[in-house]
Amino acid sequence: MKYTTETIPSALKPGDYFMMGDEASAEGAVAAGCRFFAGYPITPTSELMVHIVKRFEEVGGKFIQMEDEIGSVGAMVGASWAGGKVMTATSGPGLSLMMENIGYAAMTETPMVIVDIQRAGPSTGQATRPGSGDILQVKYGSHGDYEIIALSPWSVQEMYDLTIEAFNLAEAYRAPVFLLADEGVGHLRENFTVKGEVEVYHRPKAKGLPPFDTGDEDMIPPMPAFGEGEKLLITGSTHDEWGYRKTQVSAVHDRLVKRLVNKIRVNAGKIHRWEAHFIEDIEYLVVAYGISARAALKTVMDLRKEGIKIGLWRPITIWPFPEEALKEAAEGVKAVIVPEMNHGQLVREVERHLSVPVHPIAQVDGEIMRPETIDIRYLILDI
Amino acid sequence: MNVMFCGFGGQGIVLAGVILGKAAVFDGLNAAQAASYGSEARGSACRSEVIISKGQIVYPHIERADILGVMSQQGYDLFQEKLKEDGILFYDDSIVQVKDEVPFEQVGIPATELAIKEFDKRIVANIIFLGAVVGRTEIVSMEALEKAVRDNVPEKFLEVNLRALEIGLKMG
Repeated sequence: MKYTTETIPSALKPGDYFMMGDEASAEGAVAAGCRFFAGYPITPTSELMVHIVKRFEEVGGKFIQMEDEIGSVGAMVGASWAGGKVMTATSGPGLSLMMENIGYAAMTETPMVIVDIQRAGPSTGQATRPGSGDILQVKYGSHGDYEIIALSPWSVQEMYDLTIEAFNLAEAYRAPVFLLADEGVGHLRENFTVKGEVEVYHRPKAKGLPPFDTGDEDMIPPMPAFGEGEKLLITGSTHDEWGYRKTQVSAVHDRLVKRLVNKIRVNAGKIHRWEAHFIEDIEYLVVAYGISARAALKTVMDLRKEGIKIGLWRPITIWPFPEEALKEAAEGVKAVIVPEMNHGQLVREVERHLSVPVHPIAQVDGEIMRPETIDIRYLILDI
Repeated sequence: MNVMFCGFGGQGIVLAGVILGKAAVFDGLNAAQAASYGSEARGSACRSEVIISKGQIVYPHIERADILGVMSQQGYDLFQEKLKEDGILFYDDSIVQVKDEVPFEQVGIPATELAIKEFDKRIVANIIFLGAVVGRTEIVSMEALEKAVRDNVPEKFLEVNLRALEIGLKMG
């Protein structure tokens, strides 16, 4: 079923602001109508939590500092089924602890927004340093088959805009949505613009229809809240369209798992967002996201001044990955370069969709991606 | 215009960058501010980078600085190589000892000494220092800088910070 939309006045006075990415994300949440936050503090995400507490005092929201991260997602599941737009924010170590309940949220089709400000891992790694090591974890971290949505902001403006978008996608597709940022963007302060109005989505509602499969083509069932008079059974075990446990019925499990995956896949074209810079008439293409894409754009602009035909393609939607747009951008290029602040994660996705040579560049020193790391002149000489 | 401040956690290095960035936005410019610090927060080396531009800021980190402000010896030793040859280095001369043979101009600001003498508060040294940098270079307007200080300092410490700013601006 289709979500409904509403245009509401912005929570902040329209104008230009100078804030940290973490704070802009909290503002985006408030603008999107989020009034419930459960979380556990962690560097480099704590500023988001501090800011949303301050804003909830002004706009009236519920904040719980939970005992840990898995409890945070548990509280979000409950608050979302009570009808709320819910959020948490964490970083790698906290994300690892959330995984069991993220699977539960995917299985119960519970809308929620999880902000992950990635820091250098593995384990506690470098708390104050950037990384992009959670690219695969957000998609594959919990067991079993399901699909999530992940958006990658490269600026403070997008920390605000894409947080609003994350809430809208969560409502539209009844799934966990990640704002998959990195410390470089989360802790960056920049000016950004708040418009006067915000378009917000609300999850589909219906009386008397099953909340876990209506047979609709788009595969998104309506989601009543507790207290609205509908009968609700919610379980992480295999369930039929009314929520009754059917753990021994293979046809029910088969249909459920396929729908959890396909409700994102068949709608992927509507979810995909990307951006291309200087890609007309190129011989080389850089694929980068997050703060690394800022460094990549700098390199691309510098190399173009030297006459090298190079462009940048930036996926904003990391999951589901916009492969058709990538194929189009990379059409006929000599090579694709994928710089990441990890040891090669999204590059696997790029490789599997392209038939041209793909070169990963890993910068895992806990520093913000440097433009010179992406300097590919040596590569061009080799080719 | 690329500005970098370096010092120890607890000196207000990050805040100095935040105030400068906000002042630039008040002046109608684009600004990006980023910091690097250790998880120990106080006492560890930290730096704050501010880029101010009329145009779009592509990469929000500094490769070479036009202005470098150092409030620790380590900051001076480590980061002077980031300064452009025609750049200006400001240093807290109550903390930092500088070398003579450098290509760039060096300006000593007794920020910490003045903070203790005038206010008995080491903590306002960053505002004196920032005031001196802006007073000398005029990278943002005085009005915008004062507005940014008002925006970032709690009410009960506002007066002392505004006085510290004035001392700094005059010195620059």
